[in-house]
Amino acid sequence: MQDENIKTKTPDAHRKTRKEPFVRIVKRSDIQRAKAWMIRVGAIILAMCVGGIIVLLMGHNPFAVYSAMFTGSFATATSRSETIKTAVPLLGAAIAIAPSFRMRFWNIGAEGQILVGAVAATYFALYVKTMPSVMLLLAMMLAAMVAGGIWGLIPGFFKAKWGTNETLFTLMLNYIALELTKYFQHGPWRNPMSGGFPKIAMFDNAARLPKLGIAGIFDVHIGWIFVLVLAVLMLIYLRHTKQGYEIAVVGESERTARYASMNVGKIIMRTVFISGAIAGLVGFLLVSGANGTLSDSTAGGVGFTAISVAWLAKLNPIVMIFIALFIAVLSKGSNTIQTNFKIPASAADVLTGIILFFMLGCEFFINYKLIFRGVPSAESTPPDSTAPSPEVTAPDSAAPSPEVTAPDGAVGEEAE
Amino acid sequence: MESAIKLQNISKSFGDVRANIDINMQFNKGEILAILGENGSGKTTLMNMISGIYFPDSGSIIVDGREVTIRSPRDAFSLGIGMIHQHYKLVEVLTAAENIVLGLPGKGKLDRAAVSAKIKQISMRYGFDINPDKKVYDMSISEKQTVEIVKTLYRGASILILDEPTAVLTPQETDRLFSVMRNMRDDGKALIIITHKLNEVMAVSSKVAVLRKGEYIGTVETAKTSYKELTEMMVGRTISLNIERPPPTGQQDRLELRNITCLNEEGIPALDNVSFTAKSGEILGVAGVAGSGQRELCEAIAGLYPILSGEIDYYPPGSDKTQPIVGKTPKNIRKMGIVLAFVPEDRLGMGLVANMHMVDNMLLKGYRKGFPVFADRKPPKKLAENIIKSLDVVAPGVYTPIRRLSGGNVQKVLLGREISSQPTVLIAAYPVRGLDINSSFTVYNLLNEEKKKGAAVIYIGEDLDIMLELCDRIVVLCGGKVSGIADAQSITKEEIGMLMTNLPDARLP
Repeated sequence: MQDENIKTKTPDAHRKTRKEPFVRIVKRSDIQRAKAWMIRVGAIILAMCVGGIIVLLMGHNPFAVYSAMFTGSFATATSRSETIKTAVPLLGAAIAIAPSFRMRFWNIGAEGQILVGAVAATYFALYVKTMPSVMLLLAMMLAAMVAGGIWGLIPGFFKAKWGTNETLFTLMLNYIALELTKYFQHGPWRNPMSGGFPKIAMFDNAARLPKLGIAGIFDVHIGWIFVLVLAVLMLIYLRHTKQGYEIAVVGESERTARYASMNVGKIIMRTVFISGAIAGLVGFLLVSGANGTLSDSTAGGVGFTAISVAWLAKLNPIVMIFIALFIAVLSKGSNTIQTNFKIPASAADVLTGIILFFMLGCEFFINYKLIFRGVPSAESTPPDSTAPSPEVTAPDSAAPSPEVTAPDGAVGEEAE
Repeated sequence: MESAIKLQNISKSFGDVRANIDINMQFNKGEILAILGENGSGKTTLMNMISGIYFPDSGSIIVDGREVTIRSPRDAFSLGIGMIHQHYKLVEVLTAAENIVLGLPGKGKLDRAAVSAKIKQISMRYGFDINPDKKVYDMSISEKQTVEIVKTLYRGASILILDEPTAVLTPQETDRLFSVMRNMRDDGKALIIITHKLNEVMAVSSKVAVLRKGEYIGTVETAKTSYKELTEMMVGRTISLNIERPPPTGQQDRLELRNITCLNEEGIPALDNVSFTAKSGEILGVAGVAGSGQRELCEAIAGLYPILSGEIDYYPPGSDKTQPIVGKTPKNIRKMGIVLAFVPEDRLGMGLVANMHMVDNMLLKGYRKGFPVFADRKPPKKLAENIIKSLDVVAPGVYTPIRRLSGGNVQKVLLGREISSQPTVLIAAYPVRGLDINSSFTVYNLLNEEKKKGAAVIYIGEDLDIMLELCDRIVVLCGGKVSGIADAQSITKEEIGMLMTNLPDARLP
């Protein structure tokens, strides 16, 4: 068998002195910021092109559709307000996710944490409304944060004590929260005046967040201030506090954290509680701000979309502001083109999906580069000027090879 | 002698690091060629190109007189090239035989009898000791290595590359490996052994090829060379192989372990009734085959491993009052005023955070100090700068991620941080593993300085030659038990080797 292989290979080897693989994937050690951003911008342009082809196939002018998406979310004060209203919970939830993800605790339970926060806030709005408005709002906020925090703490506790899988755990808790919401909506909290529909009554004005806009530009409930402040606070928390440092160390290596005598379990529980509490706060903003009441569609997938926001922003809360806004524009814009061009909702979502796919996908090209056959010296040019001196990186290490041979995917030893 | 592989003008760069520069070399059949070189000299990179893991930037590889293209490990295997890596790649829950045939083309049903017969035949031919039906998780490290070697032979390899095969073996196991290697050599196979250890080069190889900083320096016949010549070729100048051993000063008991027993995760004793005393102003070596309880011992002292029974007493300098530290967390131990520094074996997975830069890594031990909420990064920055200056760390700056430093520099950073706390007890687990000669000597000097300052240094080591020169006393561990404590100047390497594999009361010759 082996001899045959040699024979079949030799003619090739003789014909060509060196036959490189057609394409090789090499991990980049470092990349210039400008280059990374060029790749990202390129990805968005490419996404627009691919989306444009789909629009063309549907018989519309891609330029008209794209500009309608943009004007639909920015042209008027009302559309701007709507866009911001969409962005606020997205940003809030993304900030909520940030500390857990920094700790590599894959909390995909923001959706449920938002909902339980919303439920707790709603209880105060419906049944403890004798307080003055400010007090009531504070009570609602606190209740929402505690409830969301506990919803996050449950999987955190199990992870810290028994090492359970947090991804499944937080995912399952989402369903429990959703069904709980439905129970209240259809059962004890149902508004008898709603004419047979299972609805919860709209909150009194005392339980609604005041509006705070800029005249003529937008007019949105005060929640946008909340999330902007939160973004700054979260940045400071993660970068400059001792707890933020602990989170980073636990995320990188639990063994190192133990070695540094950190109480890993405590840090996990504390961090996930903070995550959940912020998600709960988002639930409060949703019921008390944008929606005015609780329903099973209050969260509406925000907790999941926020994962994309957090990830695209590389967990940087300030970058999240822009990403959240961008995604809000996309979703607002897709509503506009549905009405303006009679493009079906599903097709509009495909456009959004393509853009997100390209944006997430381009991270691969930021982390890896492809080397094509016949372009040999491209890789020997230093990727950036601050590249390590020869002694710094040790190629002679037992570390897994950073280089992967692409075509047959034969990597490592077990592939023979 | 017939050539098995010929390398012509092979070059390989990673970014702007030139790992191999214009290498011309030849490997012959029926010969054991040792490749010698410091860390970062390009040995592993070169071998990885022959075994299909990397692809050379330029140059050609000629196998059996034909120029070939090796694009993947599969290509390498079809040419009869097999590599035994430092880290074994076996499936723990499968048997030796199953691991050996894993991935080979074959019919739906595995003919176990035929496989076993072929394995037996290979074992007989070269003198391996292998049980085809033993599960890998039941095997010792040397047995696993045997499986890896038999795996390559089973697939018809005629060129075998062994990457530091002796790093984890006892002297006795090393001897057995060498005799197997000689049998393979006599059978006409081409063997390439990568190693740091000169004595092994002398013992087993027919020829020695030396690499230095990515360049091929030359090949000499083992019989006609000397330690001195090889060292010169390797480092480019003569360096003293003598490790300094200042006489111990003011020896007082500093740390006393009495009957320490620890259970591992499976409930089996990892440390069994371990007792010894570490004194101030001396280096106490701990020898043992890998996995004899060294890791648990270090972590138990540092308060990181649960202790089932026994006591550890700390004697503060200038005081007779002992302080028990069993059951205390590292935080509590520090609160008691005991400055205990620990350089763990797993530098990047435990001692440091690979993705963080030097400043944040300096912060690790002292981040609780300073302002109540915010982390103060000024002192760690200063410390990082000091360490770069005083220990000659080669790094672009203090904000370079640790993972981008070479092994020697990583170790300097870690040791620098631990020593900066002015410890009274310093535990260093395999502090020179994977380091080149120059970095190793930096480490020995640092340890000696701590010893002179009066710290009790506990040195977990694997290279017995070094331990015999560096340490004052040596504790030998075997299967979690202390099999002997000896004065380093009066014990021989062979005696330690015996203690590593046998308990004295079990069977001594």
